[in-house]
Amino acid sequence: MIGPVLAARPDQDLDSGSVLPDLRKPPITKMQLVKYAGASGDYNLIHTDDETARTVGLDGVIAHGMLSMAFLGEYLCWLAGPESVRRISVRFVAMVRPGDTLTCRGRVKERRTSNAVRRLRLEVWTENQRAERVTVGEAEVEIT
Amino acid sequence: MDHSPALTSDLIGRESEVVLFEVERGAIRKFADAVQDQTSACVRGDVAPPTFPTTFRMTIPGVSFDLARVLHGAQEYQYERPLRAGDRVRCRVRVADVYHRQGRLGEMTFLILAMEGQDESGSRVFTGTTTAILR
Repeated sequence: MIGPVLAARPDQDLDSGSVLPDLRKPPITKMQLVKYAGASGDYNLIHTDDETARTVGLDGVIAHGMLSMAFLGEYLCWLAGPESVRRISVRFVAMVRPGDTLTCRGRVKERRTSNAVRRLRLEVWTENQRAERVTVGEAEVEIT
Repeated sequence: MDHSPALTSDLIGRESEVVLFEVERGAIRKFADAVQDQTSACVRGDVAPPTFPTTFRMTIPGVSFDLARVLHGAQEYQYERPLRAGDRVRCRVRVADVYHRQGRLGEMTFLILAMEGQDESGSRVFTGTTTAILR
């Protein structure tokens, strides 16, 4: 992966309403949820153990909301560079299950430029393979 | 599972201890691997991904709940600069708000937690806000 993809874009391609390129993630697997549990320290068993998930009324394990947010974090790093992310704010609006494929999408809400630094306020979200939004939010990045 | 005590507005303002976390290169790499994050600086373990502070786990005295009954409603992080391998951040989390709402599934409790991480000179590096919904 090369990036940041937005740095090379001229201002007029970053005006309010400009649609950002997509980042499609590989399908979520149970193995990924176990790895994310270990890496993040979130050991809530509803994410890794089907039996526990069923005792709280789920059909089976669901992904950590923070995993979807991490996808958006990667999306911002890809768009603007990992040094450029100033804010990311999301709401978790739908459940994600193993086998779901999430795509990160976004558009520009506002662009402000001062001293050659462009600060962008972005609408970002992840959606599943049925085009249902599962994580919705806003972010701010600074690109030079 | 134990029945946790009800969360009330009495808890607002309650804080965790200040905990020192060292941002380890290996932990960044492991996190990036789990997420399948292909950002080069994160894969190398140089720069922490934006949601990395989720690994900084702290407890607040008196604030406990049954994990099976909690939903993560929302999350925000704000950065003065990114976290990098080798950073030592002093973190604290505080109950910013507790309120109750009637929802479709009955009464729900909203717990808002505010986290802050400072570098060793006392400058703020990041803040985090967690909205947990307990049903």
